[in-house]
Amino acid sequence: MTLKVERLVVEHGAIRAIDGISFEVAEGSLAAVIGSNGAGKTTLLRTLSGLKDAKLGKVSWMGRDITGMKPEDLVRRGLSHVSEGKSVIPELTVKENLALGGLWRNNKSELAQSIEEVVELFPRLGERMSQRADTLSGGERQMLAIGRAHVSKPSLLLLDEPSLGLAPLVVEQIFQTISMLCRDRGITVLLVEQNALGALAIADTGIIVNLGTVVAQGDAKELIDDPALRSAYLGY
Amino acid sequence: MQQVINVFLIGISIGSIYALMSLALVLVWRSTRVVNFAQAGQAIVTTYIAWEVVNRSGSFLMAFILAVAIGGLIGGLVESGMMRTLFKHASDGPVAAVAPVIATLGLLGVIRALVGLIWTNEGKRFESPVSTAGFVIGDTTLPFSRLNLLIIFTAAFVMIVFSIVFQRTNLGLALRAAAYNPEIARLSGVKVSMTRTIGWVFAGAAGAVAGILLSPNDSLTPYSLDVLFVFGFVAAVIGGLESLVGAVVGGLVLGVGLSFITFYLGTSLVFPTAFIVLVVVLLVRPSGLFGVKGARSA
Amino acid sequence: MLKQKRDKSSKREHNPYRRRLLFFILLGWGLLLLGDRVSELRVYQGALIAIYALAIGSLILLTGYSGQLSLGQGAFMAIGAYAAALTQIYLQPPLIVTFIAAVVVAALFGAIIGGGAARLSGPYLAGTTLALALGLPTLANLFSFLGGETGLYFDVGIAPERFGAEFTLYKWFFWIAALATLIMLFFIQNILKSRYGRAWKAGRSNPAAAQLVGLQVGRRKVLAFTISAGVAGLAGALLGMVSLVAPSTFTLSLSFAIITGAVLAGLTSLTGSILGGLVLVVIPEIAEMVSGNFGESEAVTANFPGLITSLLLILTVLFTPNGPAEQWHHHKEKKKQKALEKAH
Ligand SMILES: Nc1ncnc2c1ncn2[C@@H]1O[C@H](COP(=O)(O)OP(=O)(O)OP(=O)(O)O)[C@@H](O)[C@H]1O
Ligand SMILES: [Mg+2]
Repeated sequence: MTLKVERLVVEHGAIRAIDGISFEVAEGSLAAVIGSNGAGKTTLLRTLSGLKDAKLGKVSWMGRDITGMKPEDLVRRGLSHVSEGKSVIPELTVKENLALGGLWRNNKSELAQSIEEVVELFPRLGERMSQRADTLSGGERQMLAIGRAHVSKPSLLLLDEPSLGLAPLVVEQIFQTISMLCRDRGITVLLVEQNALGALAIADTGIIVNLGTVVAQGDAKELIDDPALRSAYLGY
Repeated sequence: MQQVINVFLIGISIGSIYALMSLALVLVWRSTRVVNFAQAGQAIVTTYIAWEVVNRSGSFLMAFILAVAIGGLIGGLVESGMMRTLFKHASDGPVAAVAPVIATLGLLGVIRALVGLIWTNEGKRFESPVSTAGFVIGDTTLPFSRLNLLIIFTAAFVMIVFSIVFQRTNLGLALRAAAYNPEIARLSGVKVSMTRTIGWVFAGAAGAVAGILLSPNDSLTPYSLDVLFVFGFVAAVIGGLESLVGAVVGGLVLGVGLSFITFYLGTSLVFPTAFIVLVVVLLVRPSGLFGVKGARSA
Repeated sequence: MLKQKRDKSSKREHNPYRRRLLFFILLGWGLLLLGDRVSELRVYQGALIAIYALAIGSLILLTGYSGQLSLGQGAFMAIGAYAAALTQIYLQPPLIVTFIAAVVVAALFGAIIGGGAARLSGPYLAGTTLALALGLPTLANLFSFLGGETGLYFDVGIAPERFGAEFTLYKWFFWIAALATLIMLFFIQNILKSRYGRAWKAGRSNPAAAQLVGLQVGRRKVLAFTISAGVAGLAGALLGMVSLVAPSTFTLSLSFAIITGAVLAGLTSLTGSILGGLVLVVIPEIAEMVSGNFGESEAVTANFPGLITSLLLILTVLFTPNGPAEQWHHHKEKKKQKALEKAH
């Protein structure tokens, strides 16, 4: 078991966004977190990556307690978070955005190699290296955000709604890439999505959250087929 | 025509000093979203130190290097000592919004008082390292002097160094990323608390250069850089407060403009003009000539 | 038990106006009695305290209740002082009219500046008003009727004869300053407790919410700026009266001193403003004593007060981010709540 979340409680002032969530994600597997608006998915990811402090509970990664650690330190331990809404810096060029992810390693040749890998994953970025990120399309920005995280060489990748606002074809492509990152590169992925069907289709396990609590978790295929969950939470 | 060129060059010379102060303010703003009202105060300390060094060793270059180094050090200390404590205690009360302004004003007061205690409030004369007599072409003496030339070259040198650091180095990338989006920068592994301090260090150094360039041939007192702060602020606002290039251009534009005002309308109109420019820019184009829209209300 | 308490407090609020009036009358009477018992220098300092308290009050009105920080109170004070001096020189109306003129002219400028300022926030407003404070006094050199660096002399004459022959000029200054300050602070207090005052406060702590309930925050900000400038103008006229109406009186240091006083006073409590004024006058006094121990060094006398007040300023803002008064209030509320929780 590599990522382990135990009885996590997170509050925004008076609002309790995460109300005692526990789950585990096995090393090298792809877990999808599904829930409707305001379920607490973003808050969960932000707490895992250290942007937000937990009130109670514990998060451990590879057997180590990482609760309360800072994001910049967690990156160095292999945890990369692609935050909600195309997390790129529009004022920087595509290349600079990618380089940013590898700054902490301070190794030029490794960086160049990582960027090359990203170009292999997303050829469209390769043609736009010196363009400013704000000239990219929404889909390209999402690719860039994932690319940036990839340059950090993560062993655990946290993705917050990568499909948000993208055309079905692009969503398909991005999901394929995510799946590939997990299957071929052995990266553990925690994928937050509202697109339940798409996410569960590529996931090994699913975690369904509502109002800050886990309402169901288990094998992704079984969750898809569960008629009760379907109508109540998955919405199809 | 010749006179116009002259006035223009002198404007560039003084404007490049404003540009440096403006650069310092923008560096601090970008790193911590604070306008440092003590920026000129910090520069006063380093200018006095430079004066002391010039007096004792006669070496302007040594004075310059020392002042810049100490200027950076002071900036770093202020950020890691005072500003960090301030943000740790910060709340969302009414006073909290103006707390950074008050704190940096307090710092300005402390610095001035300490400088006055050490060096007294009496004006000190800072000898220029080079001739202040105008260049002679044929049989006309220009107001433009070797000192003006030195100022322009020094300022240009500092700006080039900054632009290389910011555009070409890893540190520069980290600094820019942290300024534009601290959260994404942190998620990418940038230690934002460090980039904040570095922003203040760079600002302290830039301010030190501005102070040392403004002071030769002038009387140096604990208050003599107040005006530099205001012009630096106006320049920064013209440039949009976010943009390093904007800061420099703002400084040069202001310097040249005020130089023409001084020459053709008299010194007493310099301040009112600067004030009107400030107000007009803030009201008509609040994001500055280089700024991003909607950045102003922070 | 709880109910009883509420009843009591509502009764107390029943006539706050009269209570405040009584407080100010008693305060004034006490001050005047004191004025007869102390030396001439103390009387002069008393006048200064009153003037600073008024200026601090004007800033508290602005910052504490509309969230705007102006570094340019000194500029509005200058405007009031010049307006008063010019009125007195050219028109020689009764004294009260002169002071009213100072208020009106300063308020007018305040309205103009406030119109722009309402759209600015935080450091932008601070920077702009700083430029104003530094730049405005230089205008005195631009127009000859403003007297240049030497400035103008604002002559309020000597005290009327019915006060007796022993009534010195400084006592007369003190009377005018103390009376004007008390009346003005009383007015400000009432404004702040009024509907308008509450509206300002709402706009300050949450502009979005205030906008929602239909308060025009922008217009209120301008109004706050206008009134604040008018009050500062009166303080300036009084300061011009006891010193000189010249650029050297209305320096940036004056503006900073006012801010220091206001921050120490708590920025949200008007009653603190008198304390703030006291601090501004007492600290130089202490500095003089200290510098005596150092052999009367001029550098010490000139800089020690600045050092102490600035240090106080930093410490105050670092450790009581909401101002000492609010912090104290907060503390008391918490205690009360705890006591209530216990009772339940
Ligand atoms: N910064 C914040 N301040 C206050 N409340 C917040 C904040 N962020 C989130 N919340 C609240 O916490 C709850 C969970 O929000 P969160 O953003 O985690 O949901 P989500 O599942 O990501 O929703 P969505 O699918 O719409 O992105 C919501 O009720 C939200 O209003
Ligand atoms: Mg979300």
